[in-house]
Amino acid sequence: MSILINKDSRVVTQGITGKTGMFHTHHSIAYANGKNCYVAGVTPKKGGQEVEGVPVFDSVAEAKAATNCNVSVIYVPPPFAAAAIDEAVDAEMEVVICITEGIPVKDMIRTRDRMKGSSTILVGPNCPGVITPEEIKIGIMPGYIHMKGRIGVVSRSGTLTYEVVDQLSKLGLGQSTCVGIGGDPVNGLKHLDVMKMFNDDPDTDGVVMCGEIGGTDEEECAAWIADNMTKPVVGFIAGVTAPPGKRMGHAGAIISGGKGTADEKIAALEAAGVGVTRNPSDMGKLMAEALQR
Amino acid sequence: MKIHEYQGKEILREYGVAVPNGKACFSVDEAVAAAESIGGNKWVVKAQIHAGGRGKGGGVKLADSIDEVRSLADEILGMTLVTHQTGPEGKEVKRLLIEEGAPIKDELYLGLVVDRATQRVTLMASSEGGTEIETVAEETPELIHKVSVDPKTGLTDDEARDLAIKIGIPQELAGEAGKLMQALYQAFWDKDCSLAEINPLIVTDDGRVVALDAKINFDESAMYRHPELQELRDLDEEDPDEIAASEFGLNYISLDGTIGCLVNGAGLAMATMDIIKLYGASPANFLDVGGGATTEQVTEAFKIMLKNSNLKAILVNIFGGIMRCDVIAEGLVNAAREVDLSVPLVVRLEGTNVEQGRQILAASGISVISATTMADAAEKVAAAAAGA
Repeated sequence: MSILINKDSRVVTQGITGKTGMFHTHHSIAYANGKNCYVAGVTPKKGGQEVEGVPVFDSVAEAKAATNCNVSVIYVPPPFAAAAIDEAVDAEMEVVICITEGIPVKDMIRTRDRMKGSSTILVGPNCPGVITPEEIKIGIMPGYIHMKGRIGVVSRSGTLTYEVVDQLSKLGLGQSTCVGIGGDPVNGLKHLDVMKMFNDDPDTDGVVMCGEIGGTDEEECAAWIADNMTKPVVGFIAGVTAPPGKRMGHAGAIISGGKGTADEKIAALEAAGVGVTRNPSDMGKLMAEALQR
Repeated sequence: MKIHEYQGKEILREYGVAVPNGKACFSVDEAVAAAESIGGNKWVVKAQIHAGGRGKGGGVKLADSIDEVRSLADEILGMTLVTHQTGPEGKEVKRLLIEEGAPIKDELYLGLVVDRATQRVTLMASSEGGTEIETVAEETPELIHKVSVDPKTGLTDDEARDLAIKIGIPQELAGEAGKLMQALYQAFWDKDCSLAEINPLIVTDDGRVVALDAKINFDESAMYRHPELQELRDLDEEDPDEIAASEFGLNYISLDGTIGCLVNGAGLAMATMDIIKLYGASPANFLDVGGGATTEQVTEAFKIMLKNSNLKAILVNIFGGIMRCDVIAEGLVNAAREVDLSVPLVVRLEGTNVEQGRQILAASGISVISATTMADAAEKVAAAAAGA
């Protein structure tokens, strides 16, 4: 098993006729069961075409009616991306994965408010996507570094996720699912939400979480882990050396008002029994050790 | 994006928030003329820099006469103002705000932020104005009142009025204060702000509610739809290296260490800074080249890093995903040939086509210390810097 997506997911790419959407759809179709999973694309006013062998529709609702797609991935440019999420939510997609970086925060506040009461799960925006190795890849991560297995990975960052996955695979520790939750301040799934899913997944034995400065999501996740988590968790928090008040690349990676420092997060995780390393080269090794105990 | 106090007050004025009469000035003569046109017998001379803590640093002074306005303007304009937010090197004052003096009866606090937990805008208010709100939050959190604003309705009349009463605004002024809060919220929402802070908000002796200060930041991601705000950007207030980097799509932040880092991805870039520290050295910068890392970008990144006289070594850490390591290695080699690399260069490549990438580096003839893992790279760059 896995979380969020698997070989039976039916994916629609929103923004499929754009350069980015087309490129990543191509690579995702080439990965594992991708050819069967990618069933539709959407670009307004471009319905009727075919891209990468996938039929294009004018709207997600039309795509759903024709193909029964249940997962959407979004590569729409920032000014239109929040509206694309709204459209996928209205069409009752089960999971929406928004890759787009640079969506105005106000747009996301509106979109998240609209989502209240909806059962759609949002991943991102500004994230690398989600992969269930050797089944399906939805997003921009390099598929080949992944290996099927029993470790869950959840992270706010893209390349840092690849780093941990690569370490795990080289140690022979495959992954159940890897979830990039993204680096924006207002977004969908948080560390905590993904941690609960991994805890409930019978095919996940342990979890690596990569956090970073900004906000208190890692602290909230730590509090839940302390009381509820039945599987080993190891973690790394990026930004111990980051100065306050500076946005470190991600819109959400900023220490403001004295809150959101790496040291606070590390302390919270350690207090919850999470093995935390300050050496990002040791994330895989730490997971291997945690599984031995 | 940050703007000056006087620019923030212009925006607030447009939305109907009461602010003191005032004028931005670039010279002593302008300051005197501004004070004369404002009239009255009390003025405030305020240094305009983006950092906070200006009052404590000596950048905000009261004048009782036009002569005093002249001498204070002369003193503050051109001074290097050091506050807890400027760093020890301080910031040169190039602009002043001359304002009418206000008869302060009570100092309060208002602040709007995006609350990540509720995924809404939160209005914070406190009776404890004029001091650092972080200090109030730490010592007397019960004195900070919050309203989580529903994005569908905006800040309602009742919410605003209740909040005004809670922070001790007299009953007869609560309506006026509430309207000010609603205007502030509207400005925040319309202009895509990421922060709007009025500290202090004052109640005057003659019964008015006035925003005596204004600190406004905007959401960078929304600036494409606000050409009117782009004009408010003051490049003098920004790090020239950060500006140069942003023109090439590089995300760069200057730090005070000796190891230049060039990394793809923000999280990995932070992790690289951290591991450098772990191995006893310290990073000279944060630099995220994003998903591309073209020859042009890498060349520019090298140039910016090499300008730093503290620089002792450079660490390149790339995890090639969609972007292949061989392409990145070509870019590195070209860039290294174009600039005069005066410090040791440690390169750690991992990911797609890593072997080809390493071969290109080895065959290039440029002097590269090759590393395998992040730890290996950090150890080698720390050693190289120590030997340099």
